[in-house]
Amino acid sequence: MSKKTIVNFKLNGASTDVMVEPRELLIHTLRDKLSITGPHIGCETSHCGACTVDIDGASVKSCTVLTVQCEGSELLTIEGFAKGGVLHPLQEGFTQEHGLQCGFCTPGMITRAYRLLQENPSPTEEDIRFWMAGNLCRCTGYQNIVKAIQYAAAKMRGETVTTSHPLMAELSA
Amino acid sequence: MDQNVENQGRLEKLEGIGCSRKRREDPRFIQGKGNYVDDIKLPGMLFAVMVRSPYAHAKINSIDTSKAKAYPGVHAVLTAEDLKPLKLHWMPTLAGDVQAVLADGHVSFQNQEVAFVVADDRYIAADAAELVEVDYEELPVIVDPFKALAPDAPVIRPDLDGKDVGAHGARKHHNHIFNWQIGDKDKTDRAFSDAEVTVAQDMHYPRVHHCPLETCGSVASYDAIRGDLTVWITSQAPHVVRTVVGMLSSIPESKIRIISPDIGGGFGNKVGVYPGYVCAIVASIVLGRPVKWIESRSENLTTTAFARDYWMSGELAADKNGRIKALRVNVTADHGAFDACADPTKWPAGMFHVCTGSYDIPNAHVSVDGVYTNKFPGGVAYRCSFRVTEAVYLVERMIDVLAQKLGIDKAEIRKRNFIKHEQFPYLTPLGLEFDSGNYLPALDKVLDAVDYKALRAEQAQKRADPNCPTLMGIGITTFTEIVGAGPSKSCDILGIGMFDSCEIRVHPDGSAIARMGTISQGQGHQTTYAQIIASESGIAASQIAVEEGDTSTAPYGLGTYGSRSTPVAGAAVARASRKIREKARKIAAHLLEVSPDDLEFDLDQFKVKGNPAKTKSMKEIAWAAYNNVPEGMEMGLEAVDYYDPPNFTFPFGAYLCVLDVTKKTGETKVRRFYALDDCGTRINPMIIEGQIHGGLTEGFAVAMGQELPYDEQGNVLGGTLMDYFLPTSMETPHWETDFTVTPSPHHPIGAKGVAESPHVGSIPCFSSAMVDAFAHLGTTHFNMPYNSYRVWQHAQSLGI
Repeated sequence: MSKKTIVNFKLNGASTDVMVEPRELLIHTLRDKLSITGPHIGCETSHCGACTVDIDGASVKSCTVLTVQCEGSELLTIEGFAKGGVLHPLQEGFTQEHGLQCGFCTPGMITRAYRLLQENPSPTEEDIRFWMAGNLCRCTGYQNIVKAIQYAAAKMRGETVTTSHPLMAELSA
Repeated sequence: MDQNVENQGRLEKLEGIGCSRKRREDPRFIQGKGNYVDDIKLPGMLFAVMVRSPYAHAKINSIDTSKAKAYPGVHAVLTAEDLKPLKLHWMPTLAGDVQAVLADGHVSFQNQEVAFVVADDRYIAADAAELVEVDYEELPVIVDPFKALAPDAPVIRPDLDGKDVGAHGARKHHNHIFNWQIGDKDKTDRAFSDAEVTVAQDMHYPRVHHCPLETCGSVASYDAIRGDLTVWITSQAPHVVRTVVGMLSSIPESKIRIISPDIGGGFGNKVGVYPGYVCAIVASIVLGRPVKWIESRSENLTTTAFARDYWMSGELAADKNGRIKALRVNVTADHGAFDACADPTKWPAGMFHVCTGSYDIPNAHVSVDGVYTNKFPGGVAYRCSFRVTEAVYLVERMIDVLAQKLGIDKAEIRKRNFIKHEQFPYLTPLGLEFDSGNYLPALDKVLDAVDYKALRAEQAQKRADPNCPTLMGIGITTFTEIVGAGPSKSCDILGIGMFDSCEIRVHPDGSAIARMGTISQGQGHQTTYAQIIASESGIAASQIAVEEGDTSTAPYGLGTYGSRSTPVAGAAVARASRKIREKARKIAAHLLEVSPDDLEFDLDQFKVKGNPAKTKSMKEIAWAAYNNVPEGMEMGLEAVDYYDPPNFTFPFGAYLCVLDVTKKTGETKVRRFYALDDCGTRINPMIIEGQIHGGLTEGFAVAMGQELPYDEQGNVLGGTLMDYFLPTSMETPHWETDFTVTPSPHHPIGAKGVAESPHVGSIPCFSSAMVDAFAHLGTTHFNMPYNSYRVWQHAQSLGI
């Protein structure tokens, strides 16, 4: 065991101090010490993206970054998305388009999609599939994730959006 | 108000069967407020790490834990010696075998559990695990099930020395587990002798892994004062776990509480009881503190319940017109070092005998031999009922091989052999009664949708052009699944019949809570069960809370796997709802001062026949249930149902796949995949579509890349996501879905289950398409996975 140090960063807008060993991974600090359990551990090798957080305007897999590297950074996790009880368009899109099942990949997916829409407000399906390739989902087959991100993109551009799964579609048919 | 508009409004408010209701689960998941096992944090909780064997086969001469124990922050290091006094160093498997919890002087697969280190946190535990010194003496390794049966093969399981009879009959060799046969061998052999045409094909269904995004894990917390044990666990079958833990620990089940919190995908990987769970429980009892154990991804991929690894030899006998007369199958099943399959007790090869498929085959015989090898245990289902994926793969591949031999189109030969609609219920030669099916319209719908003739014409053109850079393959499957295990007369786990259960309580304000013996892992039970209750009892789905996974509150159930939630628990939900409705009818009659027979149920109320203005809503009835019931009636409004299904259900589908294979590189593009599923009554079309997308994607993964290969030393070569293929959004094709509806006649609402069909049906469809791409060059089969290298190798072997 080595000596612990205090690291300070901004976490979802709030200044945060945390005491860690230099070897501690950010995902463990977030989950075990700061009660930020939205980001998950899926692979420990930065393949699955379940641990994705946004650090200083970049998507980062928090299982392969040391907490001490985040000194002075701005961190955004899924916990910082809904504001004042209002869901972020991505959160709404994932529900309306059935872009999640077990929910384990979802926080990472939404955090990654957020970064995509910051950089490209009107992505094509191909853009979305390319950008999301670092986030694995075992449940959905991605098709509805693509739709969820398109839904959010449209909403963020101020367009009118509707679900592709109307409540009564099959009963009325 | 217009009556229709009003009814439409009430239907929308009810959100019953057939609605694409948005999921009740989503708000917590999209806000990072899911509660998965690794999110559980208890005061004083310790963290544990498993020490594992680097060798696939070795004798353990000694284990020295002194350095690890002396490491600051370490609380305990358990080995088999510590578990022996408790008789917990071995545990029974669901397949009637035993499995070492911690290695008892001998390891028989790589990464086998050897010691369990418990420390203040995960870093200290990992440090200390490195300090456990184990003196191994390497032994010869067998990873090939055929070599395992050689007379002089090394003994993989010395603990079974002298045991000639296993849980499923005689063992013919020291590495043999069982031989299981079904069907009439003599009749089948005669049909082969008399046949105009026969075909034979060997195929290997590779060893694969479910790889749910969340690995397995548990938090055990023993309260020594109360004598209560609480375990949070990623389990698809929490009640079964409670029974197993009770058997192992001698703690009465009333003192054990198993909680399956949110589960990050299961797919069959989270049915069994694994050594880490047992060790966490023991550690918590010994230390008096909560103990968390969470697998790493590599531990999950290399130790926790693989699927498949079936070496199958299929034969068909037919006439010249392609009418099948008999099916004969021999399987060598590689079960790894312990037989830890999770099948119903009487079925060592699960429901493999569904392998006659959608076809009217008069004679069949199947023989399966289970074999030990130095590989990790499992043989569990992966998004299918027990061994159904293997069975469907076999028959769908065989009928293609027959079509090719006879020069009959693959769609046409299926049509000639389909069990006809009027033949249902249909008794198969292997003893299953298919309750319903309507195969021909399903296939025709698919062929029309994709313009099958045009596809074949395009393929013929491409085949004729030697300069065409790609090969085009068209795959077809018309599969029948067997799900909803199952009738207790034929299905049990540890002697407990495979029923399932539902308990509904309606509160005075008309809202309700329903509790189930199943547990969702992403299927959306909280959403869909409420829809069944809404349609059957008239309580709006939005007013119904659905709870699962806590054995202290939920009625006993066998859990969620084998697509059994809708066929079994869903039936219990419908029947419990009907009990609520019938009691409500009596209360309504009392309130309206009419006879119960004079009332009719109308969506969310009872109304008097012939006087529709006189009504009582379910909300009014619920209130009355707590203050004004007919004389002699008990107060309250609740119902319990334990449902033992009379039969399995048999979802089916027709799938078509078009592949383009680049000759020079072996790269394969899925141009089109059209999946038509018939799951009977459709409860939530949105969720069904999601399940099908997911199943198809997992099928695509298996067909195109998943494999857990071993080298000759028994090193597993696919143990991280670096090596093990999980498709990303880039590789995953676009899916087209369709449906027909053939309700199950014996299910209360006609539903059959759906989540596994797309996995079961798509894998042979990809094989059918891949083989079809090379069929004009004489290929009848080649083994999955179809990664580019393997496809390129195959193209090279054919000189193209």
